[in-house]
Amino acid sequence: MRSGPPRAWAAGGAQSPMTKAAFIRICLLPLAVVVAAFFVLPMTRLVWIGASGRHGIAAYAAIVLEPRYAASLLDTVLLALATTVATLLIATVSGLFLQRRRFPGRALLVAMLTLPLAFPGVVIGFLIILLAGRQGLLGDITLALFGQKLVLAYSLAGLFLGYLYFSIPRVILTIMAAVEKLDPSLEEAARTLGAGSWAIHRDIILPALAPALIASGAIAFATAMGAFGTAFTLATDIDVLPMLIYTEFTLSANIATAAALSVGLGLVTWAILALARIYGGNTVAANG
Amino acid sequence: MSGHGVALRVIDCGKTFADGTRALAPVALEVGRGETAVLLGPSGCGKTTLLRIIAGLETPDPGGRVLFGDTDVTGVPIERRNVGMVFQSYALFPNMNVADNIGYGLKIRGVGEAERKTRVAALVALTGIEGLERRRVDQLSGGQRQRVALARAVVVQPSVLLLDEPLTALDAALRERLRGELNRLLRKLGITTIYVTHDQAEAMALGDRIVVMRKGEIAQIGTPRAVYFAPANKFVAEFVGAANLIEAACNGATLVLPGGTLPVANGAIHGQAIAMIRPEAIAIVPAESASLVGLVDSVSFLGDRQRVLISAAAAKVMTADVPNAIALAVGDRVGLAVEPAAIRLLPGDAT
Repeated sequence: MRSGPPRAWAAGGAQSPMTKAAFIRICLLPLAVVVAAFFVLPMTRLVWIGASGRHGIAAYAAIVLEPRYAASLLDTVLLALATTVATLLIATVSGLFLQRRRFPGRALLVAMLTLPLAFPGVVIGFLIILLAGRQGLLGDITLALFGQKLVLAYSLAGLFLGYLYFSIPRVILTIMAAVEKLDPSLEEAARTLGAGSWAIHRDIILPALAPALIASGAIAFATAMGAFGTAFTLATDIDVLPMLIYTEFTLSANIATAAALSVGLGLVTWAILALARIYGGNTVAANG
Repeated sequence: MSGHGVALRVIDCGKTFADGTRALAPVALEVGRGETAVLLGPSGCGKTTLLRIIAGLETPDPGGRVLFGDTDVTGVPIERRNVGMVFQSYALFPNMNVADNIGYGLKIRGVGEAERKTRVAALVALTGIEGLERRRVDQLSGGQRQRVALARAVVVQPSVLLLDEPLTALDAALRERLRGELNRLLRKLGITTIYVTHDQAEAMALGDRIVVMRKGEIAQIGTPRAVYFAPANKFVAEFVGAANLIEAACNGATLVLPGGTLPVANGAIHGQAIAMIRPEAIAIVPAESASLVGLVDSVSFLGDRQRVLISAAAAKVMTADVPNAIALAVGDRVGLAVEPAAIRLLPGDAT
């Protein structure tokens, strides 16, 4: 019954899909060239260089076995995680507020919040020094209040503030766009069913924002893992991984170790993002 | 699980939006316990605004009050009003499956898992969506979504059930079938229901009473029969069903028309009048024996009947729906007969 006419039709149209496939292949060629030139070749080279030092392939094991490197890796991951969590918390609350309320000065506030998008990491480091450095505002205030100067700028706390400053604008814009797309009748439906503000946020709004939170959180995390400018300006007592790579590369001319650390940084970031995506996907599936 | 509705009273509820547009003039409405009232009108007539005021999604202008039974709920926020609402878009929660959607109101109210299951299962059976409990809402058809939305709204045993154009998003055939199903369900549940629609056929089929609205005001409140046979004004006559609206002089007993006269029964007046005659109230008779004569302009076959347009009888072309058995051709001279009681004289108000 089913095999008659459809098969004849498929045979008649067989010529056209072939040309279509060829056409698509031609269109994909530039992408293939770019991927090869900027991704596959350099990465292969990097991986190869990483294994070309005195210790050979063991250079990779050193990332975890050598205490200095391992501590740096751990610091970097924890710092990036803390930045991501804090950014998501702040950006979700403010994004919801900014998208839903109309008040005088709102446009100005949004513009101010997104201004740091244009700043390089060095400028952000400089701002943190102005805020919490040895001559900073925070130091003056604490000196006046408690008779002791609080200096955060050159520690992990300073980096954390800098990364936060760096990440919030990026995340807040994504969240605001996602909030705008929320269907207001979903919220109204929940309210008619008796849900209060907390329940609506927990059951309706946050699940609907989950994809945006995962996507923008991933960007914040990856940025914090690899940020260099801010670290370079602030890090006198701390060794985050990008700083370590820089020192190995320029000061110690230890190119193999620098390469191995770079590959390690990439892999760890990728693995954590993959975990987040799988976990995020699972929660959505479990709820649905 | 029937009869847990309350009487509803809307007193002087108007709505002026922040930008100064008046969506609703202060209106009054009473709906009895278990009754279904249909708010009917074209888009922008204020019917949805009135529904949202009753729901608590909008606050009325100062002075307006909403009463559920003897309780004034004007200041009660929607989440504590105990209403059930079905939205035009259904607004099903995409992150929950069918059963979780239906059970959400119970979960919020802290109903235990076991009881929740029983009550959800009862509604699933009542709305005929067995087997879909574990489905995601994006895997449902339009009709299934409509049933889930209805089940979710009534499972909490609301005081008042509010339906905002619940069938509009569906195709015509499904709409007609679900209309019958919805009617049966509303009777069975016995909840006080407010139903908003722009479809007069839906309003007739579902409403115990119809509230015809126009430009933010109530044009008429009445049973479907009253609204159809005794419209309060021209707008209601034209919006509910098809109508011939004939401007003619009336001499107290008959309408004087270009093609003859028509006897009028009660309420006849002296002077200019607007007479409403439903197309199916006009009978075609031999021209010789008729007091009113006209010419057949066109005949269209509608299946169960034929629609005839007749000129020269009145100032405007008249529409008559007559049985198929009568053979008619364009240009025929025909007589028109109308029961005097079927002619309704309307006040000559603004259109």
